Amino acid sequence: MTSEKTKTEAKTKMLKISLEKTGLLFEKLSAAGKLYIPVDGAAGASFEKWDGKAGEANKFEMKMSSAHNTVKSAKDVFFPQTEDLMRFRVNGKKIEVTDCSDYLNNSNNSNNSDVARADNSAQNEKTANNIILFGVRACDVKSFEVLDRVFLSEPCDTYYKARRERTVIFSMACAAPRETCFCTSFGIDPSCPEGDVSCIADGKYIYFEIKSEKGERLMSSLSDMSDISDILESIGDSDPESVASRRREIKRRAERLPLSGVSTEPFGAGTTGRYFSSPAWEELSATCLGCGACTFVCPTCQCYDIKDFDTGESVVRYRCWDSCMYSDFTKMSAGQPRLTRLERFRQRFMHKLVYFPENNDGLFSCVGCGRCLASCPVNMNIVKVMKKLGGGAGD
Amino acid sequence: MQRTDRDALVRRAVSLMNDGVCDRVLAWRRGEFSSDVSPGVFTDTESVEKELVRNFFCGANLSKYLISETEKTEKKVLIFLRPCDSYSFNRLLSEHKFNREKVYAVAVGCDGTADIGKLKRKCGALSDIKRRGDKIIAESLYETNEENEENEENEANGAERVFDLEDVLSERCLSCNLKNRADCDEIISDGGRDAVSERFFEVRRIENMSSEERYEFWRGEFSRCIRCNACRDVCPACTCEKCVFSNPSSGVENKAAANSFEESMFHIIRAFHVAGRCTDCGECSRVCPQSIPLHLLNRKLIKDINILYGEYKSGESVSQISPLNSWTENDADPSEVAELLERSRSK
Ligand code: SF4
Ligand code: SF4
Ligand code: SF4
Ligand code: SF4
Repeated sequence: MTSEKTKTEAKTKMLKISLEKTGLLFEKLSAAGKLYIPVDGAAGASFEKWDGKAGEANKFEMKMSSAHNTVKSAKDVFFPQTEDLMRFRVNGKKIEVTDCSDYLNNSNNSNNSDVARADNSAQNEKTANNIILFGVRACDVKSFEVLDRVFLSEPCDTYYKARRERTVIFSMACAAPRETCFCTSFGIDPSCPEGDVSCIADGKYIYFEIKSEKGERLMSSLSDMSDISDILESIGDSDPESVASRRREIKRRAERLPLSGVSTEPFGAGTTGRYFSSPAWEELSATCLGCGACTFVCPTCQCYDIKDFDTGESVVRYRCWDSCMYSDFTKMSAGQPRLTRLERFRQRFMHKLVYFPENNDGLFSCVGCGRCLASCPVNMNIVKVMKKLGGGAGD
Repeated sequence: MQRTDRDALVRRAVSLMNDGVCDRVLAWRRGEFSSDVSPGVFTDTESVEKELVRNFFCGANLSKYLISETEKTEKKVLIFLRPCDSYSFNRLLSEHKFNREKVYAVAVGCDGTADIGKLKRKCGALSDIKRRGDKIIAESLYETNEENEENEENEANGAERVFDLEDVLSERCLSCNLKNRADCDEIISDGGRDAVSERFFEVRRIENMSSEERYEFWRGEFSRCIRCNACRDVCPACTCEKCVFSNPSSGVENKAAANSFEESMFHIIRAFHVAGRCTDCGECSRVCPQSIPLHLLNRKLIKDINILYGEYKSGESVSQISPLNSWTENDADPSEVAELLERSRSK
């Protein structure tokens, strides 16, 4: 009900900014929170913390990448690859236990052990900074919904929650999808991403559409800043039509993508029996290296391990990403439940296409971002699995 | 140098399968796009005929798969060996990693393979990519400029861009000059690309950096590592059945490095562990999803070994003895090592 209302109201709250002024906007945003944007690097794009090093007037050294997507997803921001949880130190007959998580400040400064959990202290709510993720693609925004299902359901992961809750997402429509993209197969519209503030750019402007209260709050906190009116403009009469035509153009592009016809139809809840014993797994998994690159770049892969690291003077308990492709994944006293490469390989894809929707009202835990297509050293990936098992739809 | 026709490979594979000599074929399988080729195991002639490819995009070496594939059959596994892969084949054999009796090895020449990472960064959204002689013709789904930003003015349905082959060739192919060194059962063709760059050129560039610059260079590269271990998993010299870094009982297992020091240590330890055994096949750099030039670490050690113990290339023969596992009177004396290496920098 309320969200309906916010939505209609938001329609009137479309803003725009001239492309040349993006740097100035980033400067403002970084004053409102810790800002991450996609930037180009030697190995492709990655989300990096904006550092407002200004060059000449209005020119900033850090430029937003125009790549269709980052090599790794943005999930690190909520769910970092490694994170220290606590530290044990033996002191005489006592063991000191220190909470060394950085989930509140999300800084590298680990000296915040006295900070209490976010969800039981109103004080912390205030001191905690916003995180602003700018330029998130439609597929990745959808991936947060998948991660939320896992980390926010009971028992809730407070580390994830604390970061997730104070993150404001500025999504960005995909001007240049790649041949590896197949988000539309999962019902995602790359021209109109979800998020707290949904953005779309044409050659001249970035348009902002406020989609949530969180987005609203952030945008209005911006308007308290001096000279913001020089940067953000209200939209004019012709703008809605420019935006609409831009969306149509992006949709046309997405339709023409080579993988746009990949079908999810044969998969979903209740199909375990159909695929589990398929002979196709043998051929599909035969040359998989078991490296787990596909799981690490995937925006929805959520498995982690918790380990102790003996530093010599204390023991640090940390968690780090894990991969179902690894031979020691979920190793128990009775051993590893999936002994062969084939079983481990099958697990990854069955989880995305069958088990996850089975347990989550039909929601697939793949968003078609194409990262596993781009990163797998042997070019094996979920599209090949879907086509082989599902019967070659989309050729 | 000779191009190997796909049809020749298919014919041999089909007839060896039909004759009952082989029932598994290690080759390359076509994928969704022309640039999307996987190493593949074929178990029937129909898929060989339909899916086997041999082209510029066949990046993967195959011989490491013999370790697992030879275990799966009573007959022989057919493998097509390119020149660089023949070194890895020999290496694995000299470490007794598979039974030679269960392999039918066929030498195939090679005309270079693509660095897909380079290619992707150069092209926009690919609809097709072809090789024509020494040119690569990439067709995009829509027009983009050099930075791969879309081109507003020209919203064409597609756009063709032409590259020089050498701009998108794998690093290893640029300095190839190899011939097949394995004792093959059959030769369809032989010879790799003529080298256009010198093998240690990049190593020398890094050697000539100041130690601070060098440290920064590697720190920057390693900082991108996601510890997927693809570099290790693909390596023909990394053949421990259980790597210490994946073994929970080793005490040093780590799925992710606890800090950047550990991160560098992993790579440096690995480089030293494969020193004298690394065949310089370039697979580590090819597979890295983060484009870290790992082969440069190994090449540095190869270069040093050459200087200290005389020219040596791992995998040249099955019976060769690594200079790090042997002693000869000509070996550098420990007291002169530092000086010899220092002197070699400028060369
Ligand atoms: S499985 Fe692959 S395509 Fe799907 S979300 Fe993960 S990385 Fe993206
Ligand atoms: S998968 Fe869709 S949303 Fe994601 S980058 Fe590609 S086109 Fe954009
Ligand atoms: S599917 Fe590819 S990326 Fe994933 S574990 Fe296997 S080889 Fe690695
Ligand atoms: S392949 Fe690349 S990212 Fe993966 S562990 Fe090796 S260096 Fe790191």
